[in-house]
Amino acid sequence: MAATQQLEVKDSAARSAQAVDDLQDLQGEKMILNMGPSHPATHGVLRLILELDGEIITKADPEIGYLHRGDEKIAENMTYNQFIPYTDRLDYLAPLANNVAYALAVEKLLGIHDKLPERCQYIRVICCELARISAHLLGLGAFAMDVGALTVFLHTFTEREKIYNLIEALTGARFTASYTRIGGLSRDLPEGWTDELAKFTKEVSTAIAEADKLLTRNKIFVDRTRDVGVISREDAIDFGLTGPNLRGSNMEYDLRKAHPYLVYDQLDFDVPYGEVGDCYDRYLVRMEEMRQSVRLLDQCLAKLPGGPINVDDAKIILPDKQKVLSSMEELIHQFMLVTQGQDAPVGEVYFGAENPKGELGFYIFSKGGGVPYRLKIRAPSFANLSILSHALPGHMISDVVAILGSLDFVMGECDR
Amino acid sequence: MTAKQLASELNLQFKEIVSGPMEFRGELTLEVSDASRIADVCQFTKEELGFDFLADLTTIDNYEETPRWTAVYHIYGYEHGCHLRLKTSVSEEASELPTVSTVWRTANWHEREAYDMMGIRFAGHPDLRRILMWDGYPYFPLRKDFPLAGKPSEMPDVAFSDPAPLEGGPFVTVAADDDSTRREPRARNIEG
Repeated sequence: MAATQQLEVKDSAARSAQAVDDLQDLQGEKMILNMGPSHPATHGVLRLILELDGEIITKADPEIGYLHRGDEKIAENMTYNQFIPYTDRLDYLAPLANNVAYALAVEKLLGIHDKLPERCQYIRVICCELARISAHLLGLGAFAMDVGALTVFLHTFTEREKIYNLIEALTGARFTASYTRIGGLSRDLPEGWTDELAKFTKEVSTAIAEADKLLTRNKIFVDRTRDVGVISREDAIDFGLTGPNLRGSNMEYDLRKAHPYLVYDQLDFDVPYGEVGDCYDRYLVRMEEMRQSVRLLDQCLAKLPGGPINVDDAKIILPDKQKVLSSMEELIHQFMLVTQGQDAPVGEVYFGAENPKGELGFYIFSKGGGVPYRLKIRAPSFANLSILSHALPGHMISDVVAILGSLDFVMGECDR
Repeated sequence: MTAKQLASELNLQFKEIVSGPMEFRGELTLEVSDASRIADVCQFTKEELGFDFLADLTTIDNYEETPRWTAVYHIYGYEHGCHLRLKTSVSEEASELPTVSTVWRTANWHEREAYDMMGIRFAGHPDLRRILMWDGYPYFPLRKDFPLAGKPSEMPDVAFSDPAPLEGGPFVTVAADDDSTRREPRARNIEG
């Protein structure tokens, strides 16, 4: 008679250490499973090399770099404004938010960060929050799809389509917006755009409520995510997790509150945070963040002031085209800005913004002139993924997709 | 506790090697003159001064200057909400720093990236492999003497470094000193 052995399945924290030990006698050879780089659950080109003992992961080694394009090298070879389109391609689910973060970093270096006109700051907040909703809609949709709830993805994509239409009307491009300029924006809001946005915030609230109904108390979804991929607060901080992943681990920290930039200190919003730090908490945090973003959008619309959108500095902002054609001084400014860029002082700055994925930081080391000597991009997804080799072992192989989905990373930003 | 107070405490603890702080745009930078003790300094900032979050670790290539490498650590404490920047320099001959991945585990990947891009080694690092480029790639692409256009490498199976497939073909504009009308594919194809 074959002996059967009872295995007690405890909560996942205990599972990680216990399960491996318990099975030590039973195990045969360990198996290596390659996952990715092209796999639907790796959302891009992440490759995981998993060492398996039966169905339990004993070792995980994430391989990144498949989307490495050398953005930092490229940045060293062009002027500050020229790099804006490259920032679109970092977190390509929230190009507008990247544009804003990068522009703010350069403006800090130039010392004009407190001279931005009110209207510009409000429009930038609108951009950031639209990008956040868009990124979270996709993140949640894909996460739900990975654990088996396909429908949500179709709903959230319908809403994202509306955001893309808004972005297209605003910037002329649906995806690669390149909307900010150093010291301002590429163009003002088009006529009637605010009405469209107001209509959208109402519609998206309904859609978020629908997604909430589909998922939050969905038995299958809850079973797949609760107590799975628990990340303690200490681990989250130690591994440099930021954004919703950090907040999911019971950490009330948001750069928009802790170190407010733009006009976030004049707006009213809450920072949601989780309790245990499992996949379900991270899901709840993102869900609530979308509602808060809608709140922020509504407030921005109500408060949106008039006035200029660019700083009043001829050495920062391109002059009016009509004047370039008719006046000597503007022609010179135009020529200098296009050929040499903004003349930055010698110095170094770091600016981190609360992006949908976490803290997107730019460190600029300038030796003066229009080109950075070194530009380092602190990508949130890079740090968020580094926890995988710590968080995956001890879980079942089917939990990998849930954990990956809940970490919500973007490889464009991770690999740069 | 303000960032200035924290910086002066760090100064006090490591009198001989920590200088600064210098302030620029409200950010404080401290220089650590002895690179081999950077891990001790980091350990102290974490244990005693509450800097529990390493926001970023990066390196700068001071090409044609000595010492050649500068490592930059951006640290932050969630408790007190202050940022500090630590900088330390290391010569090209040494090209080695003690790892801080024992202080903050997030440094593991950051240091792998610094090694991959600049070729600076981190002594005591548990797993110092390339991270963005592939294993066996012979160059360090973020060095200033590495050309922007890249260099060919002898790894045809992993990635090719030949001209792009359509380069020189009938529909591709060539990059050259000629003016743009001459570089156009149509202009070239008249003769051929």
